[in-house]
Amino acid sequence: MIRIFWAELSKDLLLAYRRKGDLLNPLLFFVMVVALFPLGVSPAADFLSQLAPGVLWVSALLAALLSLDNLFKADFEDGTLEQLLLSPESTYVIALAKAVAHWLTTGLPLALLAPLLAVMLFLPSHAIPTLVVTLLLGTPTLSLVGAIAAALTVGLKKGGVLISLLVIPLYIPVLIFGASAVQNATQNLPVQAYLAILGAMLALSIVLAPFAIAASLRVSVSS
Amino acid sequence: MAAVLLDINDLYCERDDRVLFEHLSFKLKQGQILQLVGKNGSGKTSLLRILCGLYSSYEGSVSFLGEEITASRDAYNSALLYIGHNVSVKNGLTARENLTWYAKIQPQLDEKLIDQALAKVGLKTYEEVICQNLSAGQKRRVNLARLFMLDETSFDKTLWILDEPFTAIDGEGVHNLEQQMSHYVANGGTVLITTHQELQMKENLQQLNLDEWGT
Repeated sequence: MIRIFWAELSKDLLLAYRRKGDLLNPLLFFVMVVALFPLGVSPAADFLSQLAPGVLWVSALLAALLSLDNLFKADFEDGTLEQLLLSPESTYVIALAKAVAHWLTTGLPLALLAPLLAVMLFLPSHAIPTLVVTLLLGTPTLSLVGAIAAALTVGLKKGGVLISLLVIPLYIPVLIFGASAVQNATQNLPVQAYLAILGAMLALSIVLAPFAIAASLRVSVSS
Repeated sequence: MAAVLLDINDLYCERDDRVLFEHLSFKLKQGQILQLVGKNGSGKTSLLRILCGLYSSYEGSVSFLGEEITASRDAYNSALLYIGHNVSVKNGLTARENLTWYAKIQPQLDEKLIDQALAKVGLKTYEEVICQNLSAGQKRRVNLARLFMLDETSFDKTLWILDEPFTAIDGEGVHNLEQQMSHYVANGGTVLITTHQELQMKENLQQLNLDEWGT
């Protein structure tokens, strides 16, 4: 079981490494939204520092969403997805490995890049650790939940639009608790409760989402 | 008396309001090669996908060693080797990386036989080339190399389902594959195949014409 998890994870990471352009896409999107925002609205420091938590979280969320469409597409088109489903090993583990690979190539880099962009938006420096922690807790949930929608729509020609429609309502709780935690941190208010809820959502999605991803993949392949 | 590996009973499948086949019943016995024939669009690929458990819009029953394939998925999947009409090879990986990955997700394949398998399909000198740079036929050969990765002792416990395996393969390659197929069947293996080419080996070969079962 662990063997197949590693096999799938390392294959996906190797493929991502060999296609570095796709790897940079969500990061570039993240940087551009955050960099263009002050130009379009106002470069005033106190104004930006007020908006920073929301802007950072929203753009990180959209960047993660942007990359979902390709999560299973290539595997579906070249037939390796079929072969994965024909593995005697559990599809749950395979689905989990795919979601983890997606997080390692999008969510993790986004969380690591966020402090740099937070400085650009004048986010108070004592709130930066909270920003990173919320992103580290929140983005895996985004990858896991997003993978369900990606798996459901992989067989459709124009699945991209449908993914956004399916997934945005489910992303909203993560966004609310993530951004609120950072907001609270800027005002030196306690954030533990928010982090606990983000952690609970992550725990729940680690346990349940792979089942849904696996079932959705079977439905998509069987049409 | 050879064991019945697959028992297909009263199968019915329609697609786009057209009945592909109905009341289709047959048995696939160990040591048999069953060739599905039929016109384009007669439902050969659909039938193979149903038998692999990949396509579930059908009525009737498909059982493997007496158990419904949906109920015994793990046991069935570890006996099954399916070559679909897709290339089923990752373009971004080399031939060797593709096969190593296959050996891990489908443990019936033996990782130690990769070298031998690559040599058998004529890709020994291409093993470190990214599959993107291989020709269409060579990519198909990477996928077909899986047929050479079964351990001989497991021949009698396994089953090949091959969907047009000879597409884009040259004459010599087809000959090699047919030899491997005879070797496999002679040692207890079982093959279900669709192909429009005439198979050279006649021993244990039976044909099923799907045109007779649809409308």
